[in-house]
Amino acid sequence: MEGQTETGRQATAAPSPEPAIELRGISKAFGPVQANKNISIRVMPGTIHGIIGENGAGKSTLMSILYGFYKADAGEIFISGRKTEIPDSLAAIRAGIGMVFQHFKLVQNFTVLENIILGAEDGALLKPSISKARKELRALANEYGLNVDPDAVVEELGVGMQQRVEILKALYRQAQILILDEPTGVLTPAEADQLFRILDRLRAEGKTIILITHKLREIMEITDTVSVMRRGEMTATVKTAETDPEHLAELMVGRKVLLQVEKAPARPGAQVLEIEGLSVTDDEGVERLKDISLSVRAGEVLGIAGVAGNGQSELLEVLGGMRAGRGKVRMNGQEIDLAIKYSDGKGRRARGIGHVPEDRQREGLIMDFTAWENMVFGYHDDAEYQSNRFLMDNAGIARIAQDKMDRFDVRPPNPRLLAKNFSGGNQQKIVVAREIERGPDLLLVGQPTRGVDIGAIEFIHKQIIGLRDAGKAVLLVSVELDEIMSLSDRIAVMFDGQIMGEGPADSANQIGLGCLMAGMGGADTQAMDGWRISEAAAPETPAQEG
Amino acid sequence: MEKMPGWADAVLVPLISLLLAAILSAGVILAIGENPVTAFKLMVDGALMRSAGWGYTLYYTTNFIFTGLAVAVAFHARLFNIGGEGQAMLGGLGVALACLYIPWPHWSLALIGASLGGAVFGALWALVPAWLQAKRGSHIVITTIMFNYIAYSVLGYLLVNVLRPVGSMDPATPKFPETTHLPSFRDMFSTADTILFRGAPANVSFFLALIACVFVWLLIWRTRLGYEIRAFGHSETGANYAGISGVKITVIAMLISGALAGLMAVNTTQGEAERLILNSTEGAGFIGIAVALMGRNHPLGVFIAALLFGFLYQGGAELALWTTIPRELIVVIQALVILFTGALDNMVRMPLEKLFLALRRKEAS
Amino acid sequence: MDFMTLLQVLESTIRLATPLLLACLAGLYSERAGIFDIGLEGKMLVAAFFSAAVAYQTGSVWLGLLAGIASSMALAAIHGLASITFRGNQLISGVAINFLAAGMTVLVAQDWFQQGGRTPSLIGGARFEPITLPFTEALADVPVLGPIYGGLISSHTILVYVAFAAVPLTWWILYRTRFGLRLRAVGENPESVDTAGVSVVGLRYAAVAIAGLLCGIAGAYLATALQAGFVKDMTAGRGFIALAALIFAKWRPWYALWATLLFGLLQAISIRFQNIPVGDFVIPVQFMEALPYILTIIILAGFVGKAIPPRAGGEPYVKER
Repeated sequence: MEGQTETGRQATAAPSPEPAIELRGISKAFGPVQANKNISIRVMPGTIHGIIGENGAGKSTLMSILYGFYKADAGEIFISGRKTEIPDSLAAIRAGIGMVFQHFKLVQNFTVLENIILGAEDGALLKPSISKARKELRALANEYGLNVDPDAVVEELGVGMQQRVEILKALYRQAQILILDEPTGVLTPAEADQLFRILDRLRAEGKTIILITHKLREIMEITDTVSVMRRGEMTATVKTAETDPEHLAELMVGRKVLLQVEKAPARPGAQVLEIEGLSVTDDEGVERLKDISLSVRAGEVLGIAGVAGNGQSELLEVLGGMRAGRGKVRMNGQEIDLAIKYSDGKGRRARGIGHVPEDRQREGLIMDFTAWENMVFGYHDDAEYQSNRFLMDNAGIARIAQDKMDRFDVRPPNPRLLAKNFSGGNQQKIVVAREIERGPDLLLVGQPTRGVDIGAIEFIHKQIIGLRDAGKAVLLVSVELDEIMSLSDRIAVMFDGQIMGEGPADSANQIGLGCLMAGMGGADTQAMDGWRISEAAAPETPAQEG
Repeated sequence: MEKMPGWADAVLVPLISLLLAAILSAGVILAIGENPVTAFKLMVDGALMRSAGWGYTLYYTTNFIFTGLAVAVAFHARLFNIGGEGQAMLGGLGVALACLYIPWPHWSLALIGASLGGAVFGALWALVPAWLQAKRGSHIVITTIMFNYIAYSVLGYLLVNVLRPVGSMDPATPKFPETTHLPSFRDMFSTADTILFRGAPANVSFFLALIACVFVWLLIWRTRLGYEIRAFGHSETGANYAGISGVKITVIAMLISGALAGLMAVNTTQGEAERLILNSTEGAGFIGIAVALMGRNHPLGVFIAALLFGFLYQGGAELALWTTIPRELIVVIQALVILFTGALDNMVRMPLEKLFLALRRKEAS
Repeated sequence: MDFMTLLQVLESTIRLATPLLLACLAGLYSERAGIFDIGLEGKMLVAAFFSAAVAYQTGSVWLGLLAGIASSMALAAIHGLASITFRGNQLISGVAINFLAAGMTVLVAQDWFQQGGRTPSLIGGARFEPITLPFTEALADVPVLGPIYGGLISSHTILVYVAFAAVPLTWWILYRTRFGLRLRAVGENPESVDTAGVSVVGLRYAAVAIAGLLCGIAGAYLATALQAGFVKDMTAGRGFIALAALIFAKWRPWYALWATLLFGLLQAISIRFQNIPVGDFVIPVQFMEALPYILTIIILAGFVGKAIPPRAGGEPYVKER
């Protein structure tokens, strides 16, 4: 389909007949996965162009191609009307493109100045480059409000500052086109606001900006035009002023297959999991969980909503025995020892805790193990899998695995295949089959459908609800708000390692949850019946600083 | 989707690597003015055509099985144990102490005792690097290299200052008592009419090595411990999720690895020299690296690779005897095998993978 | 211990520290760029042989030096091919290179000279001669200072001065030049270099090549300056002591100087004294030999001043998923 972008709102830049960037028919495959399919896009100079899509829609891949980080299998790139080959990052920089990656590409033990001149030095010696960069940096700081201490060591800066360094890196290289990949994912709301003000000024100076995000609010707030990507394809390009969030959301997820899970009302029973005053400090000494209290009953799903990185991962890891914590956690009334010397996954399983971890490729599965070996991963010590005191019953395990794979419709249903040779959805089915089939009293579930195809999502959701209906407790962590809302009976919102609010799913609404996820209270949250809002949630938008 | 069938990975890649190493070695032989075909024939004659040759080949094979298994077990836990040499040296000390200071009534009991001694000392020598890796994150490759040198110094000190019999100039222990002498292949297989394996050092510990192969196979692929070692080796984060202690696996895998390396000393010290000398390991600990790489860390592969290197060693000795080609040719071949099967693995693998993908595409269309 | 003995020990410390220092700096370049190099030993060994062999054949130690450097750089190229281009295991590649050197040197030595894997002794212009610095004569009679200047500072071969000059030079390159900045960056975070438009592969090859160059000088020093000719396995683990020194030095040039001087001193003491009586107790020579390794283990264990290696060390850079 043809992108029909026109010049958007152009405050200061002179109208130019040529688009700053034009991509024609870009395609890219990673092995069997088609990450980008025949993508075309036009972005006019002096505008902010949003690219929106769900996790895994192919946005980052597309931009990495534009920056010469990946090589496209097919397609052409035009910069200011001229066909341009971008085989590597150097070519991209020469073409005036700068990129701020989601994961910063900074040298942690270098100073800000060293990072900025790296690759853009003026001569064989550093001294002239450093003093020039110092001057330039001051000018940029004045021009765009990008203040950073030039002599600070990067690893001692916060993420917001590190992101500024990345932007400065691009500007120092005279970038006219700036690509930002999910720039607000790691930022606090205040930092995000600052970022948007900076982007505004950059646009006013005539720079072209491509903003990749999966947050509708950001698109509506700052972009001139927006393209929607879904499953590797560009589904539409529209002017932001002429669209609305609902329409974009529909374009993003496709037909309205959206996540309606059939479920009967919950019949909560006894307390299964009780958490009192749980805190976690990570290896760097940062407090990731701050005095959390929660409980989950039998027969209910407690959903934990929140922006990634606000302590949800740590919560799952502590409960799953993967890291130590402080405080009290009781499972079926019995206290769990949280001060582990090493992983206590086995101990937790013995207490009836199943765990579908957030990262199935790094945690839930051994990618180089066969499916049958993975089917007992974590339970491999159990008596039923041993043929005698010394040896495991491999044949028996393979039989059990075959049976589970058939029932969970894992394709291809071959237990001898290595885990890495299954698709994401089928890998997840192996993990879910393993954890659910044991009938745990409590199932911890992290991002159950990340990178999973629609068909498998539905199946996995049914399994989770099935477990609840069998009278088990489920603790669900997901960054997909829709998923939380459609599966949960109760919802708790996490922000900055704390619970911002907790209440029944029926009375929750998207906007109110969104506010809590940003650490805010306010009117929308008050409207949610039966919700307890934490005092930590600021009543209104947090104070904004320069 | 698999890029390449498993058998190709297990058989074809090492085979091609070996072929490349062989071609280069032939080039080396040519370059120093000898005929590679003649040289190969000499090697085969010397190593395989007479029972005495086999006796040497299998003696070396025994060493390489032990050190190859040692490296392989550690590799499964993603630990690169370069310390086989030092562990085998200390294993020799364990064997020597067991043979010298315990009055064994019969060789079979002495074999068990000495094996225990060798295994325990080898394991203990691997314990410190293992513990440092597990607890302090000290790179095991560096620490095991350092421990090789320390082992040499320790052994040197003990042989010169403590264990050396009075009046001897040799840094070596006294001869072990008669009852600890292991039956050689000659003792075991010769009949009244025909004497086999004349003068060859191969002895009963070859069978110990075969038992070790079976033991390692069972351990790695059939036991819970092996499952955990492999899981940890593939993914530390996965192991943490499953409740497998990285510290425990690192230490245990290295202990087993060190014990296997230490067992080698039963062959060299009790079986052949019948006393402990300073340089009894003769670099076998390092050859274990080549053997494990070529054998793809599988006991069967290790056995075959050890046999190959045993042949090369004996054949190389023959070459040195009859031609101007020095024994160091074997070191070169060993280096090439390590290079191609280990470091340049991708150079061999990538074209093969492409070939298989192309073949599959052809089938599909 | 009298003054002259002390002076002799220190003088021999400098001579013994020189190859360690050169090899240690070689490792520093390589590892700072993210390429582990346990093949220092092998590169030194080939350089030792080829420098001695060519110096003997041509009678020119300088041609020998060139040959030594060339051979060492050839092995470095193999290491680069394996660990950079083919993304192989850098440690295994290093092991292979050590064996390749150990085998090849003897093989070729035997073929060329038939002296059991050694070269004939080098004489005259085939060896580096000590240089007498100016004022040695004039100061000779000054007590204390005279012997220190004449014995300790003056009258070493040119390669010793090259090695010691390489320390400030390396520091300068590392911290004051564009190349050094990029080199340090590529060992810490190759992605940052790649996205800045600089070739990761090019930088790493350059680092590996410099390592080859320095190991080449180190090897040539062993065979044509410290000793007069090549003997089998003459590096005798110096590559690994250099590696230990590199860890001890926490991958920094000036620390590398102190570390190699310390290890050189330990070697000098163990050669000079064998067993050292301390009161009733005798420190055996083997302990002195093992001390560099023991010290390195202690440093590695992190009980005193933890050594943090370059963050991207040992990992091949893979861009495409």
